[in-house]
Amino acid sequence: MHAIEKLLAAKAHQASVKTGEIVNCDVDLAGINDLYLQTVKSFYEMKGDKVYDPDKVVLFFDHYAPCATIKQAQNHKEFRQFCREQGIGKLFDIDQGVCHQLLADKGLVCPGKIVVVTDSHTTTHGAFGAFGTGVGATDLATILITGKLWFKVPEIVKINITGTLRPGVYAKDVILHIIGDLGADYNVYRAVEFAGPVVERLSVSERMCMCNLSTEMGCKTSYIQPDAVTMAYLEEKGIRDYKIYTTDPDFQYAEELTCDVSGLKPQVSAPSSVDNVYDLDKYAGTKIDEAYLGSCTGGRVPDIAVAARILKGKHIPRDTRMIVVPASKKVMEEAMDKGYIKTLMEAGACITAPGCAACLGVHQGMLTDGETCISSTNRNFPGRMGSTDAGIFLASPAAVAASALNGCITDPTPYLKD
Amino acid sequence: MNNVVEGKVFAFGKNIDTDQIYPGRFVELTEPEDIKKYAMYGADPDFTKKFKPGDIVVAETNFGCGSSREHAAITLKSVGVSAIVAESFGRIFFRNAINLGIPVLTCKGISKLTSTGDRLRVDIRSGRIENLTTGATAQATPLSDYIMHILESGGIKPMIRAMQEAKQR
Ligand code: SF4
Repeated sequence: MHAIEKLLAAKAHQASVKTGEIVNCDVDLAGINDLYLQTVKSFYEMKGDKVYDPDKVVLFFDHYAPCATIKQAQNHKEFRQFCREQGIGKLFDIDQGVCHQLLADKGLVCPGKIVVVTDSHTTTHGAFGAFGTGVGATDLATILITGKLWFKVPEIVKINITGTLRPGVYAKDVILHIIGDLGADYNVYRAVEFAGPVVERLSVSERMCMCNLSTEMGCKTSYIQPDAVTMAYLEEKGIRDYKIYTTDPDFQYAEELTCDVSGLKPQVSAPSSVDNVYDLDKYAGTKIDEAYLGSCTGGRVPDIAVAARILKGKHIPRDTRMIVVPASKKVMEEAMDKGYIKTLMEAGACITAPGCAACLGVHQGMLTDGETCISSTNRNFPGRMGSTDAGIFLASPAAVAASALNGCITDPTPYLKD
Repeated sequence: MNNVVEGKVFAFGKNIDTDQIYPGRFVELTEPEDIKKYAMYGADPDFTKKFKPGDIVVAETNFGCGSSREHAAITLKSVGVSAIVAESFGRIFFRNAINLGIPVLTCKGISKLTSTGDRLRVDIRSGRIENLTTGATAQATPLSDYIMHILESGGIKPMIRAMQEAKQR
């Protein structure tokens, strides 16, 4: 069996599972973000009374942090009341940041756990050897009532990433390249495992970026086998209670692919679908109105650090705006301590509160008709960040910063020499 | 749930994501009556003016990819979609739709056999599909017993509610 299958079997209290089988699993952590008050409504519609185990439930006020409309504030109010009534202690309020980053910051995710959040990018937690998957509000309400959820045991595709990354090329470029190559629907309803020498060398932050974006090729979940990098994270967070599963040597993957990244150049995903991927060169010089650095994909400390490095002592041009949204309060604090925030402010960037901000087109950095944005986020669908008539290029944080500096799409590589 | 549904086709392309089915800026709405106003807004702002209860949505691959917002399924349910047939579906959308009791069928080749305006008949259990306008037929992947059980219960809510009521009795 694969490590993912062993994990699902253990949580379903079965000795083994088969591909395609439907299993009913214990969920270790159920997260609700503030977009989906529907979860609470579904809970009561299904005659929920008491939450199965309030300690396993986490609420995130991240998408609307802080609220921009009366309706959003009303939704938060109802969520707060739900938490009080149900004795849910873990309510991460508007100062805290994006759900996936918080789970990592707070040490709430670790190998061997099933993490289900009302958010499609819950695949992020494969970076820690957990089974992370996103669901809708009613599925989450089912977990609140029963503590369990049904899953179809997925086929698993392994992608070996070999070679050496050139300077200026990051995990973000690798995963965009893979999605461009395979297509947005390549892995629908299947799981992906990332492996190989390049992955072994990636930091926790870059692993999270890859697993996060696996959603954009349809993945149900993603997986990186826990190793020394994972152990260092567990050590730092003081996590002792976890279980690492390993894949049997005779396990048959649905497919095994190899991707050599040695010659890979910085990539962009051009409007308006994530798999519309090209070498950044193709669009170099395209004028941008907004450079957006943030999200659960590209708003962590190393992302802000590289932007500060590129923009230090310089200033972005007039008529270009740069928006920096630290993924969490902890990220923001560290970026402040290291001086990155000050550097970016001096370069003309607008820093917002930690959270999702304009990543999903609700507030704080929206685009209007005819505008172009380069963003370190994970989606560029029409209307994702505001007007359906705006174009979004997805790229690495370094490319976002270099583009902000010049007011047009720019290869970051020359700015990273020394 | 009706085992056989018949309605007018509204056809869409590939990778119709949840932002096109239901834009993010309206996610704060929580009442189905409000949510139904923005069905397919990002793909066709006039959709709700043309769509009648009982009509059918047909799409190419990866319909409903993107976010986990149940609003995408709620909006289509609330305008009265009787079935959604696509070459493939985004996983979370598929689950959300089933949970709400919307028959969603995966059918290879369907987008080539149907255009907007055709009348389609769909047998939910067997997966047999007939284009009454052109006479073409297609076979969808039959839904698993577990999924049929959810659909026949009217979605997951009545199913769990019955379970809860049995427990509380
Ligand atoms: S940062 Fe963007 S992708 Fe991540 S959870 Fe928030 S809205 Fe979703």
